[in-house]
Amino acid sequence: MTGVDDGVGDTPAFGVSATNSPVAVNLDLVVPATAAEAGEQPHGAPEGGEAQTSGGIGRQILRVFVEHKLAVASLAFIVLVILFCWVGPLVYHTNQTNQQAALFNPENAPPGATGGKFPLGTTQTGFDVLGRLMFGGQASMTVGLLSALVATVVGVAYGAVAGFFGRWLDALMMRIVDIVLSIPVLFLLIALVTIFHSSELLLIFVIAGVSWLVPARLVRGETLTLRTREYVQAVRAMGGGGGRIIGRHIIPNAVGTIVVFATFQVATSILILAALGFLGFGIPAPGTDWGTMLSNAVGTIGNGWWWEIYPVGALIVLVVVAFNFIGDALRDALEVRTQRR
Amino acid sequence: MIGYLLRRVIQAVIVVLGVVIIVFLLSRLIPGGEAHAVLGPKATPALVREFNHANGFTQPLWVQFWHYLIGLPLLHLGYSYKYTEPVWDVISTRLPKTLVLVGTSTLLALAVAVPLGVLQVVRKNKPSDYALTGLAFVLYSMPSFFLGTLLIEWFAFDARLLPVSPPSNASPFAVWTDPKGFILPVLTLAAITVAGFSRYMRSSLLDAMAEDYIRTARAKGASGRRVLYGHALRNALIPIITLIGLSLPGIVSGAVIVEDLFNYPGMGLLTVQAAENADIPTVLGTTLVITVATVVGSLVADILYVMVDPRIRYGGTF
Repeated sequence: MTGVDDGVGDTPAFGVSATNSPVAVNLDLVVPATAAEAGEQPHGAPEGGEAQTSGGIGRQILRVFVEHKLAVASLAFIVLVILFCWVGPLVYHTNQTNQQAALFNPENAPPGATGGKFPLGTTQTGFDVLGRLMFGGQASMTVGLLSALVATVVGVAYGAVAGFFGRWLDALMMRIVDIVLSIPVLFLLIALVTIFHSSELLLIFVIAGVSWLVPARLVRGETLTLRTREYVQAVRAMGGGGGRIIGRHIIPNAVGTIVVFATFQVATSILILAALGFLGFGIPAPGTDWGTMLSNAVGTIGNGWWWEIYPVGALIVLVVVAFNFIGDALRDALEVRTQRR
Repeated sequence: MIGYLLRRVIQAVIVVLGVVIIVFLLSRLIPGGEAHAVLGPKATPALVREFNHANGFTQPLWVQFWHYLIGLPLLHLGYSYKYTEPVWDVISTRLPKTLVLVGTSTLLALAVAVPLGVLQVVRKNKPSDYALTGLAFVLYSMPSFFLGTLLIEWFAFDARLLPVSPPSNASPFAVWTDPKGFILPVLTLAAITVAGFSRYMRSSLLDAMAEDYIRTARAKGASGRRVLYGHALRNALIPIITLIGLSLPGIVSGAVIVEDLFNYPGMGLLTVQAAENADIPTVLGTTLVITVATVVGSLVADILYVMVDPRIRYGGTF
C-alpha cells in the first residue's frame, strides 16, 4: 500500500502548496512565465519518453508480473473458474432453478451416488452440487467484479475531486468518508439490504456503496502529490480546467494505485457477498451464490454431508486468495514502472 | 496534548453526529414509508395517513430530525416491531455480550500476535518465519464463516470436545467463570484478527530495528536480547494501539458472522434476526449503537496511544 503511505505521509507538506496553487491560477501575470519554464521540460519529457518506451514499459510490467509464479497460476485459476461457471453449464446440464423438479432427485446423496449421476452429490433439497457451484459462481463472480468496478470508479472520481479542489471541499468530502467508514460494514449492509429489497443488482450497488471509501482516500492522497507537479501547473497556465487536469493528467498517473486497489477489491467484494449470503441476505431464491450455498449446508452441520461444505468453502477461499496474489504481483509490477520514471 | 485530545474528541463527536444523520435518513428512505413496513402492503390509504399523522411523519424533515436527535440522549431509538418493546430495551441486554466477545477476542488476538511477530523477526528469513508468514496468510484469507464452520464441524461434532456456544441464559461475565462455551466463538473471531495483527507487528518491529537508537544501543554494547525487548519491542508496540482502534469496525463486523454462526445472542445476531423480520427500527438502532461503541473504542485507543508515546505526550507536533 505504498499509495497510502505516500499520501498520508506527505499531507502536511502539501498543505502549503494547497494554498499556493489557487493563487497561481488567479495571478495570471506571474504564472505563465514560471509555468512556461517549468512546464516545457516535464511536458515534453513524458510524451517523448512514452512514445519511445511505451511498448517497453508494458513489456516490463508483464515481465515483473510473470516472475510471480503464484500470481500467474492464480490468473490461470481465475480464468478456469470463469470458464467453469459460464461454459460449464453448457456442457454439464443440470436443473438449478426448479425446486419442484429437484425434489425428484435424492437428497443429500454423497458424491458418485446413483451410478455417478451426481459427481459431487446433491444438496438437502436435491440440487446437483457440481452444477450449483457453477450456477452460484456466476452470481458471486458477477457481483464481485461489477461491485469492485463501480466502487473503483466512484471512489476514484470522489478522491480526485476532493484532492484536487482541496480546502473546505476536501475537508467536507473526507469527513464524510470518515463517517461512513466508522460504521461497521456488515451492519450498514444489513440495514441497506433490509430497507431496499435484495436483488443481484442491488447487491452490486450496496457492496460498492461500502467499498468506494478506500479508493477515495488512496486517490485523494495521490492527487495531493500529483497536482503540485509542474506538468499540472503547465496545463493550468495554458488554461486547462479542473476536469481536464483530473481526467487527462491526474487519474492516468494514479492508474497503478487504482488497478492494484481494484484487484484487491474484487477479492473483498466476493468475500462480502459470501458473508451476506452466509447471513441469509445473499442472492434471493431461486438464485443462489456461494455464501448462500454454504449457509444452507451449515444448517445440517454434523451430519457428515461434507460435500455440501468443503467444495464451496474451498472455492471461496481459493478465488479470494488468487485475487490477492494477483494484486500483490500487480503492485510489484506497477511499482517498477514508477521507479523507472 | 490537551489540544490534541480535545481535537480528537470533537472529531469523534462529529463522526457520531454524521452517523446519526445517515441512520435518520436511512429510516426515512424505506420504500413506501414506515407505515407500509408496519401496517403491511395492504394497508388502506386512510390507515396510512392516520399512522403517518400519529407518528409525526407529516412534519417537515428537519422537524422530524430534531425530534429524533433530542430523543437520542434519552435512548429513544424507536419501537421494535418484532420484539414489541422499545429498541433500546432489546439492545441493552445484547450489547454487553457483544462487547465481551469483541473485547476478549481482541485481547486474545493481541496476546498471540505480539509473540508471533517477535518470533518472525527473530527468525527472519528462516523456515519458521516463512511458515508463520504462510500461516498468517492462510488465516488472513480465511473467511470467518468458513473457519467457524470448520471449527464447529471438528471440535463440536466430530470430536465432541466443546459446546457450540454458551447457554443462551449465560451472563456475559461467564466468559471468566465458565469459559467452555465461549472458546469456539472467541477463537474464531480472534483467529481472523491475529493474521492482520501479526503481519503488522512483524513489519512494525522490523521498522523499529532499523532505527538509529537501535544502532546506538548496539554500539553501547547492549545484548541482542536487550536491544530487541528493551528498545525495539517497546517502540514497536505503540503503533499496535492505533491498529486496534482502526481494526475495531472490522472486528465488530466479524462478530456479526460469529454470533450468527454460533447462535451467540449479541448485537450481531439481534441485527440479523431483526432484518429477517423487516424490523427496520431495530436494525438501525443496533447499527447506531454499535457504531457509537466502535467510535468510543477507537477514541480510547487513541487516548492510550497519547499516554504511552512520550513524543506526543510532551507536545510533539500533530
